[in-house]
Amino acid sequence: MAYATLAEDLKELHHPRSWVGKYIWSQDHKYIAVQYMMTAVAIGVVALVLSDLMRLQIGFPGSVGFITPEAYYQMITMHGMIMVIYLLTALLLGGFGNFLIPLMLGARDMVFPFVNMLSYWVYLLSVLILVASFFVPGGPTGAGWTLYPPQAILPGTPGRDWGIILMLASLAVFIVAFTMGGLNYVTTVLQARTRGMTLMRMPLSVWGIFVATILALLAFPALFVASIMMMLDRLLGTSFFMPALVSQGQLLGYNGGSPILFQHLFWFFGHPEVYIVALPAFGIVSDLIATHARKNIFGYRMMVWAIVIIGGLSFIVWAHHMYVSGMNPYFGFFFATSTLIIAVPTAIKVYNWVLTLWKGNIHFTVPMLFAIAFIFTFINGGLTGLFLGNVSVDVPLSGTYFVVAHFHMVMGVSPILVIFGAIYHWYPKITGRMWNETLGKIHFWFTFLGTYLIYFPMHYLGLLGMPRRYYEYGHTAFIPDTAHYLNAFITTAALIVGAAQLIFFYNMITSYFYGPKAGGNPWRATTLEWQTPTTPAPHGNWGPNLPVVYRWAYDYSVPGAAEDFIPQNVPAYGTSRDHKT
Amino acid sequence: MGILQKLTEKPWLVTDHATAGDHDEVSVSAAPTGLYFYFAVATVMFLLVGAMYLMRMGVGHIGFGLDWRPTPKPWLLWVNTFVLVLSSVTFQQARVAARRDQADRVVTLLLTAGLFAFAFLAGQLIVWHELAARGYFLATNPANSFFYLITTLHGLHLVGGLVAWSYATIRVWNGIELAKVKLSVELCAIYWHFLLLVWLAFFCLLLVT
Repeated sequence: MAYATLAEDLKELHHPRSWVGKYIWSQDHKYIAVQYMMTAVAIGVVALVLSDLMRLQIGFPGSVGFITPEAYYQMITMHGMIMVIYLLTALLLGGFGNFLIPLMLGARDMVFPFVNMLSYWVYLLSVLILVASFFVPGGPTGAGWTLYPPQAILPGTPGRDWGIILMLASLAVFIVAFTMGGLNYVTTVLQARTRGMTLMRMPLSVWGIFVATILALLAFPALFVASIMMMLDRLLGTSFFMPALVSQGQLLGYNGGSPILFQHLFWFFGHPEVYIVALPAFGIVSDLIATHARKNIFGYRMMVWAIVIIGGLSFIVWAHHMYVSGMNPYFGFFFATSTLIIAVPTAIKVYNWVLTLWKGNIHFTVPMLFAIAFIFTFINGGLTGLFLGNVSVDVPLSGTYFVVAHFHMVMGVSPILVIFGAIYHWYPKITGRMWNETLGKIHFWFTFLGTYLIYFPMHYLGLLGMPRRYYEYGHTAFIPDTAHYLNAFITTAALIVGAAQLIFFYNMITSYFYGPKAGGNPWRATTLEWQTPTTPAPHGNWGPNLPVVYRWAYDYSVPGAAEDFIPQNVPAYGTSRDHKT
Repeated sequence: MGILQKLTEKPWLVTDHATAGDHDEVSVSAAPTGLYFYFAVATVMFLLVGAMYLMRMGVGHIGFGLDWRPTPKPWLLWVNTFVLVLSSVTFQQARVAARRDQADRVVTLLLTAGLFAFAFLAGQLIVWHELAARGYFLATNPANSFFYLITTLHGLHLVGGLVAWSYATIRVWNGIELAKVKLSVELCAIYWHFLLLVWLAFFCLLLVT
């Protein structure tokens, strides 16, 4: 354990001497952030390819020879698990959390840099274990990303021999990695803020990441326990979750376990997980909108309170994922109510984003386009959430494409749009260079419109009653031919959107080498990370003296000020103002 | 400042001096905060296991648990509990000694506390052995499964604590200035108390069910 804090003194910093020390075994939060981002994006690309392969099977059944029913279920499982945990969670908290927290708070590094480094390497290990499951006999698990027992560990489920074991092991390792990182993020926010950086002066990005990290710290133990218990059921024959059952004509040795217990554990993690992904996105998008609309965020305090309230509520809604599990209907009533209540703070946030844009000096830069696209997509996905939060609506829809459309809109596309916006926004700070704007805009329009073409029609398919999770539909009375045409159309859109991401990678890679120098503060932003003495920020971030904070993060377009932004570390000198937001 | 006051600050007001608000100086060490947050994580984990225990047992007639046969409680568990209490008490004494800068006492007390912890772990292993010898294996009954699961989770936490303990003890042993190790001793002691509480809670659960 590292006990020394690095916030106050440069001499305590671990100064790397060699190339390996600087880029590989780095304890610098900025390098660790980039390592997290690269790894998460790399494994995310695997999940993206898997989704395109699945779409090929649905849109053009049998067109790809190696997609057997087993392979299809393996792809579903790995796509979901990778996207939710190994991409979104790792990228938003491990990536942006690491990069933004110390820089935005005026700290030199995370408070436990060694543990922080360890966190990345253990995360990498979990990713490698996950990847290994593609190569073991029987392939990865095909249990579905929720890994429901009993079927997850029954003979006949793809990947039952090795895949499921590696999956559970990988999750447990991931959670250990995250806990190490998460303790760092929370402690850094509480202990390493620079002078003048009160909690209520923190940029909303940090608030979002901070509360999401607390959620994750308290929610992941449920998944950890569930993984361990299922692993014992699978390997050592315990009956935590496994009832007595006959499989393929044979009575298995299990007795008396309850699959519902697993569902409770899984969703006790699974629902906060939605907000673990959403809250950092909420925070980041608030900063993007304020910066690129040159206007202070509307209702800052309300935004903070909403983040905290959403975080709290997210722990008492989990069973809305289980309306069809046969649980007590009174539970359903309670959970439907709490679910709908979450809409209130969420709506507050949406209104405040829109009101921040109102009469703002909106610059349609690429990050801003992504931020506005997020608002649209999040409202769409959120509204269908209101449908599904009601038991009576959820029960008929829960097995259909309506649910697929809902959660992809709300926690797939929405956070991904924010992530793209955030990468475009902070890329100049990370690399010191600017990307190509035309390519960025092309990438944006393909991604934004493309994802609508993919997911919007799925609502319609769901209302038709088209079941999700099916490998092939064949010809049934209730699915008309037009639904199949629509599926072919969706697949085409998905392939184009997938291919369009190459523009993004091309832009990022070439700009790293050939992009024009961006300067220290290309967006003329107020937050501290743009005020570093050099760009990219040096080891220790701030040179000899830590910045001192005199104001909040949203002094844009202050009346009477010389410029339309005043950085947080600029003292008052008569520019103070007293206005209500 | 209370948390409510903090959350209702008006951040858009500019102050002339940066120190307005909280946080005049960066606190000496972040480690206690980190440790307390870890307690939150571990507490949630143990609480969830406890909840699963009760639900699987069939409390409230949820309908599972027809196959639940309580695990016997060997008398050795009482001894182990006592040993763990001793370990915690000794750690507390080491903590006090460290505050009073009594380096010699700190070494002795740390070593004793560590020995008690090892004795506890050994005792738990003997309990396992005894249960297994009597035919109570991990998979024979859900009550056993939970017993082995919880003792393992708790034991592993203690092993983790012993890593920190050995680090601190070696440093004190090598005669490093006590001021530099004081915090480690403090944190170890707090961690030990936490694990004692977890164990006592689980032991009670075991006794009443």
